[in-house]
Order: sequence, then C-alpha cells, then structure tokens
Amino acid sequence: MRYLPLADSDRQEMLRAVGARSVDDLFVDVPEAARLSGKIEGLADHASEMSVERQLGALARENIVAGEVPFFLGCGAYKHHIPASVDHLIQRGEFLTSYTPYQPEIAQGTLQVLFEFQTQVARLYGCDVANASMYDGSTACWEAIAMARRITKRGKAILSAGLHPHYVSVAQTMARFTGDLLDVALPELSAETDIDRLLASIDAETSCVVVQYPDIFGRIPDLSVIADKAHAAGALLVAVVTETVALGAIRSPGEMGADIVVGEGQSIGVGLNFGGPYVGLFACKEKFVRQMPGRLCGETVDAEGKRGFVLTLSTREQHIRREKATSNICTNSGLCALAFSIHMTLLGEEGLRQMAAINHARAVQAADRLTQLPGVELVNDSFFNEFTVRLPKEARPVVRALADRGVLGGVSLGRLYPGAEALQNGLVVAVTEVVTDEDIEALATALQEVLA
Amino acid sequence: MSMNASGWKPEMGSGEKAEQVETFTGNRALMLEEPLIFEMEEEAGTGVDFAPAAKVQSRLGGFERNKPINLPGLSEPQAVRHYTRLSRQNYAIDLGLFPLGSCTMKHNPRLNEKVARMPGFADIHPLQPVDTVQGALQLVANLGEWLIKLTGMHSVAMSPKAGAHGELCGLLAIRSALEARGDARQVILVPESAHGTNPATAAFAGYRVENIPANERGRVDLDALKARLGPDVAGVMITNPNTCGLFEPDMTEISKAVHEAGGLVYCDGANFNAIVGRVRPGDLGIDAMHINLHKTFSTPHGGGGPGSGPVVFSEALTPFAPLPFVEQQGERFVLIEEETAEEHHSQNFGRMTAFHGQMGMFTRAMSYILSHGADGLRQVSEDAVLNANYILRELEDVLDAPFGASGPCMHEALFSDKGFGGGLSTLDLAKALIDEGYHPMTMYFPLVVHGAMLIEPTETESKATLDQFIGALRSVAQRAKAGDESLKAAPIHAPRRRLDETQAARKPVLVYKEAVQAQAAE
Repeated sequence: MRYLPLADSDRQEMLRAVGARSVDDLFVDVPEAARLSGKIEGLADHASEMSVERQLGALARENIVAGEVPFFLGCGAYKHHIPASVDHLIQRGEFLTSYTPYQPEIAQGTLQVLFEFQTQVARLYGCDVANASMYDGSTACWEAIAMARRITKRGKAILSAGLHPHYVSVAQTMARFTGDLLDVALPELSAETDIDRLLASIDAETSCVVVQYPDIFGRIPDLSVIADKAHAAGALLVAVVTETVALGAIRSPGEMGADIVVGEGQSIGVGLNFGGPYVGLFACKEKFVRQMPGRLCGETVDAEGKRGFVLTLSTREQHIRREKATSNICTNSGLCALAFSIHMTLLGEEGLRQMAAINHARAVQAADRLTQLPGVELVNDSFFNEFTVRLPKEARPVVRALADRGVLGGVSLGRLYPGAEALQNGLVVAVTEVVTDEDIEALATALQEVLA
Repeated sequence: MSMNASGWKPEMGSGEKAEQVETFTGNRALMLEEPLIFEMEEEAGTGVDFAPAAKVQSRLGGFERNKPINLPGLSEPQAVRHYTRLSRQNYAIDLGLFPLGSCTMKHNPRLNEKVARMPGFADIHPLQPVDTVQGALQLVANLGEWLIKLTGMHSVAMSPKAGAHGELCGLLAIRSALEARGDARQVILVPESAHGTNPATAAFAGYRVENIPANERGRVDLDALKARLGPDVAGVMITNPNTCGLFEPDMTEISKAVHEAGGLVYCDGANFNAIVGRVRPGDLGIDAMHINLHKTFSTPHGGGGPGSGPVVFSEALTPFAPLPFVEQQGERFVLIEEETAEEHHSQNFGRMTAFHGQMGMFTRAMSYILSHGADGLRQVSEDAVLNANYILRELEDVLDAPFGASGPCMHEALFSDKGFGGGLSTLDLAKALIDEGYHPMTMYFPLVVHGAMLIEPTETESKATLDQFIGALRSVAQRAKAGDESLKAAPIHAPRRRLDETQAARKPVLVYKEAVQAQAAE
C-alpha cells in the first residue's frame, strides 16, 4: 500500500528482533473480547489514488461552486481573490508538515511568521498585542468574554443584537456551563443598531459589551461611544470583526477604545471551505496580555546573541498550567495564520486599502441597482461590503428560487433567525471584489423575476 | 588538463576543516538569514494588482480610516523569496522522522491536498441552500459513518475544531446527560499521566479535577479508582492506549465500575493510531471519544493546526450531542441546526462553533480513509505498533525503559533519563539529537516518568529510517550516559543555538516596534 513503506521481509525481521511470533503478540494487553479477528465489516478495502479521486470528485461536482455563479453570500465568511502564490507557499512541506514550534532552534520559519502575523493583526485591529490564532471568530469571541470575566471579576456580558447569531449561540452554549450571564437581543430590521439598548444596559455588574463591527446586517456602529460608557462603569469593550477587509476602509476598533478585539481572518488567505478551517484573530491591550488565551510568540536571543523567536508566556497554557490554564486550546490554526500573513504581506497597506475601496464601491453599486427593483428597500444607512434589503416577501424561499436560477443571491434572515417573524423578509447581500457588473445584473434580473 | 581560453581549470582547493569563518552576510551557504517584513529596506508597497475602484458616494457612516495602518507590502518575487527562505528553517515530516509521542506525525498524503482543493469542496459557502451542497453534506455524513464503524460507537458530532475542543464537547455532553438525570456531579477523575488539555478541559466544563494514581505497571490503578468512585464523581477521562504508550487491559472493568457508580467514561482518542482497525473503543464501554483527524487520519499539522476533533458518542450520550450535524433523510442530506433541532434533538447541549466544522480536514481525512480502506487501516495500527516495539527493544540496552520489562508497548516507546551522567538531562540529549538531523521526541511528558522521552515513529517509516534513527539516538544516549559535556552546547548546527526563553517571558516582545528593535540592534 503506497503509504506503508514496510515490506513483509522487514516485518519478519523486526518481529524476530522484538521476540514476537506475529504482530498479534504485541496486542497481548487487549482483552480477548475486544480483539477484532479481522478487518471491520461493512467498510471498503484500500483504493488507488485514481479511484479515490474519482469517488470524491463525483461528490465535489454535485455542489454549486461560488466561483462559477453570481455569488453574494457573506455573514461571517467571504469570497475574496487570493493571489496564486499563497497556496503554493503554504504547501511547501516545511510549512505544511511541520509541527507546533516547541523546539525553536529548528522552527524559526514558523516562529518568525507567527511574530509577523501577530504584528499584522495587532496593527489591523489597533491593539498592542495579538496571539498566534484561535480556531475561528466564534470561539475567539467566547474566549474574549471569558477573559473579560477574569479581568473584571464580573459575570455579566452584554451582547449587541448585531452579533452574528452563531457567535451568540456559541456564547450561550458555553455560558450555560460557566454560569456567565448573557444579555442578548434580536436585531431589528432598521438602519439603527441597538446602541441605545447597550448604553442603557451597562452597569456595575457588566464585565464587557460585545459589539460586532460591521454587524450582521452590515451596519457600522460607533464603537467609541460604547467604549466610553463601558469604561466609565469599569467594564470592557470587546469588538468583533467578521470581515477583516473592512479594516482597509474603516477605523480600527482599538483606536476607537476597544479593550479586546477578536474576529474571523478567513477573508485573507483562507477560502470559503464550507465553513472551516478558518482562523480566529485575538488582540488586546498590553496590560491584559497575561490573561490572553492561546499561543504567543515572542522575540529573544540565542546563545550566540542572534535574534530569534520562541513561544512564550506558556504559564497561561494547558501544557503547563493544566486545570488553571486561561484556555484548553492546544492545536490552533497555524497553516491558516500563515496563509493570512502571506496574503496580507502581498497586499500591504496599499493593496488592502485598494481592495477595500473596490469592495465598498461594488457594494454601493449593487445596493443602488437592487433598490431600483420594486419593493426592495435598503435597510442600512452605513455599510462596507455587506448590506441588508427588505423584500416584499419572505426571503428564504426567494434565496432557494434564486439558486434554482443559478444565482447564489445572499443569506436570508430566515436562515439565520428562524422563527423571528419581524426579520423574515430580510436578505443580507455581500459584494466583494470578485463580483462583476454581469453578476450584479444577473442578480437583479433573477430577483425581479422571483419577486414578480 | 588543458586550460580553455578563459583561464578556468578545476581546482579542489583545501579540504582542511574550516574554522568558523564569518561571512559578510551572516549566511552559511544554503542557511540563509531572513529579516522581518517590517525591517526590509526596500518595500514595493504591494504585490497585488487591482483595477481602480469606481467612484461612489461613501456609505461608511463617517468611520473612514484617517490614520495609516502601517503594514508593509512586498512584490510577489520578494514575498516568495521571504517565505521560501523562512520555510527552510523548519524541520518537517517531509524532511525526516518526527518522533513526537502522542502526536502521530505520519506522512501527509498529497492526494489529500488535491481533494481538499477541488472547487466543489473548497469554494462553497457554509450558508448556501443545502440543496446546492449535497455532495459536501454527503462527504461529511460518509466520514461520520466510517468514524462510527471504526470506533464501534453510536453517533458522531463532527463540529469540534480540534482535539481539545472535542474533549470539551465530550465533557459538556456528559454534564448535560447528568443534569438531565437530575444528578449533577462535581468531580472528574483524570490520570496524572494525562495530556494537559484533559484537566484544563474538565475545569472549563465546571468540574473539580482529581488524580487517579497509576500502578507500578504504568496503568490505571483499578482498585484505587473503584475506591474513589462515588455519587460526586461525574466520570473519568482516560487515554487508551495511555500516554506511557501502554494499553489499559482493565479498560472494560474501568467502564463498568464507572457506570455502576453512575458516572460516564470519556476516552481521549489521541492514541487511536495504535488500535485503529484492531480494537473498537466502543467495545470497551466508553461513552465519548474525540478523534484527532490531524493525528490518526493524516491531515497536516501545518505548524500548529488547523486540526479537527470529531467526537463519537455512546447511545447514552447521543441525545445530548451538539449542533449542527448532517443527517440523511431519504435521498437527501440536511443540516440539523437550531431550527430543526427542537423537533428531534431537543436535548442537544448547544453549538460549539459557527458553521459546521472543519470541512477542509474532512475531505483530507476521507481521502486518507478511502485510500487505506478497512484492510489498510488495520495494517496501519499493526505497523505503527511494530515500529514502536522495534525502537523499544533496539534501545533498551542503552536507555532506561521504565515499563519495558512488563510487556510490549503500543505505538509509542517510553524512556527515562535514568543513568545520564554529569548533570546531563533529557533536554541536553534532545538538543544533541537536533544536530543529528532529527526533531526531538516528546520530552518531559508524561509527567509520571523522570526526564520522560516518548517516541512515536508511526507506520509511515521504513525499517531503514528506523535503523538510522536508532543509530543516532544510541549515539547521543551513550554520550549522555558518559556525561559528555559537549551536549550542553547543542545544538551547534541548527539555524539557531538554544534560545533564551527566560528573557522572552520576563520582557515579552510580542509585536514588532520600530523604536524597540532599533535599541536592541545597538
């Protein structure tokens, strides 16, 4: 078998060397009742590369591919153009098949990339420090809430209504077990975010306010107003960024007063991948660094005085602190962090700003075109590359009808908030730099047909 | 030899051992120093071309950026060179044997990469209508079926993003099940030898952690465990084979005892490579087990992830499995999310992550599983166990194997630093092994053995590579036992000598700051 290098003659020689008659002797500790005498029934035998490719290729071809149709889905995962060299570089064996850099002398490649990644994330987010990645934005968001609890020693977090409902769901799941209180609310299909509700709810028991920026409808809230009120009450502002590219156009949450900034880095370097693997970004103020979860890469020198990098502040982590760790995270999202960093290095500030400008312009053009259709109203005053429209009827069947016409037209609020009657006519439309004029026209035409 | 017109003729030069000659660049031939992107003098600004954006009236609500972000940009040639040069400073499975115990550093098949990149898997959005992604959902369902059959369990939660996340999933299901029974308990028992994520996870799930002692054969002390079980014990977290590389022969009794006391059994599946295709953990009475797809099922480690940690459940825990998951209804595959869960899976404990799970790792694992098949997977565990036993027996004359006398090991061999001379440690031996061209084995874990060295070769190593590794390890072990002081200077040939981790922690520098870096250079 092509992945198993031992020949039968090797096996015989090695069995002799270990004093066993057959490999069964090596499994002597397995109780008789648990030993399988042969291979497991009902499962296929080994297959050639060609056969596996054929089988899985057939499954792949059954799916409608984002790059092959007019595509307008967002809500926490975005289709952007990734430069060709990114995928080549992450497939270098020294990156792809390397391990967590616990032996820094032979892992300076990984460690230096992590240091560059941490710096890029900290600068994008407007924060002092960032970690070496989390699983994704939703788990990073929960870890930020847990961190705010540790810092403030308070147990109530206020979640803005504009926070991605999956992120809310993850936080609610975890809070059930940790005893954290979460103040949550459904969003309203209006231009205003729930900033008034947030400001009114902050009190002396609040650990943090969690605000998505831009939010699930694409609206851009004023973080500095929330930050001021939170700080006055001794609470923290946690900002959540699900679309990294937005930071090429709008101000960083850190400069607007956020204490902890988390988000999803998928837009940069990491494709849609049907939801994973993605890369969680996590940044905060310097004074909170010892409460951060996850790996941290730091600069140091070697025995010859040469500059090098190591994983550091490990006493926060599970392999040292065990049950007193700040998080149980071990494996994080190394290769995706590498892809993010390479893409961000290729973009540079110049490229990121250009990319963001194109995203915003395409979104404005799309919003203007769609609101020409009878009965289609734009909900947002502000948006970056994603906005919400109110349709004259329920959006979920509209999305399915659009798919039947070969257009992936957006995410219905019925999909995200099933049962929330006031939201059922809402459709969230994302427009990135991959969207062409023809795509916008195709969406408008198909939507007009479906709404008729 | 005649000279040609240009004056060239071959010259061997001197073969004398060179002193450490300083080069102008600091490079040593193919060992190349590489600055940070923030330190590069010439920076192109960007390596991506964009057509200009259309002029539109801004809808950014007045939040336009007014300060620079300060991100360097490189042209494609500069970027390719930067990352290629950095990659060459890394050890990797592609370069050689990577003997990390409990990490299962097996070869990462390139077919996996090809399959993962098929547009029908890579370029689909998680929120597309399910009828547009039936092939993807089918793959997830098929992989789930394989995992269920290989483990002999009842159901599987595919969404956890890594092993530790899977451990949390299992423990939260256990806690939910006990609370549903009106029997919330406070304690989880964990062997001292357990991986650090086990107690960390148990604490996160709200439990108090207590140790289970080991017996002199390196296994769970069954009598001590039975004595401790009681109405306050929610369950145990057991790794089997355990972190000493040994199968727990009393596993069935352990499960029985825990169940009789009203608790549930979590199995850490990190060492599944030792038994895949030969033993089904479900037959041993466990209730939940996470599977590291990036270990047993070959998805790449990537320098620290991404991983994937699906969790298989017993019948008792199945109702509490988290959302979302894939279900086959007739000819169609659907996604059970919050909306539909109320009907059929109302006891689910909630959602652990946005979207559905690590699809990119599912495709890779599926490619691996289909390639090996039931017969190949059985061969995997056999060869993995044979390779580890070969290393154990070939080295136990020169390295102390604390459990070597009590029988065979499973897929990993455990040694201690007993007999090292001159104040030398496992760390010193490991750094010397780097100079021999190998990544060191797992060090100082499990905690129950002094100076522990845990070696897991995996099944993708040939006898020849094992013999070379054994020879190298024998050499450094002999030097360690002889008290060879030169080990303290190791590594001397790696891109860096030993790094000052104390300084890194005392004065953390976690991002690049122009002023700070300039000071350090002075």
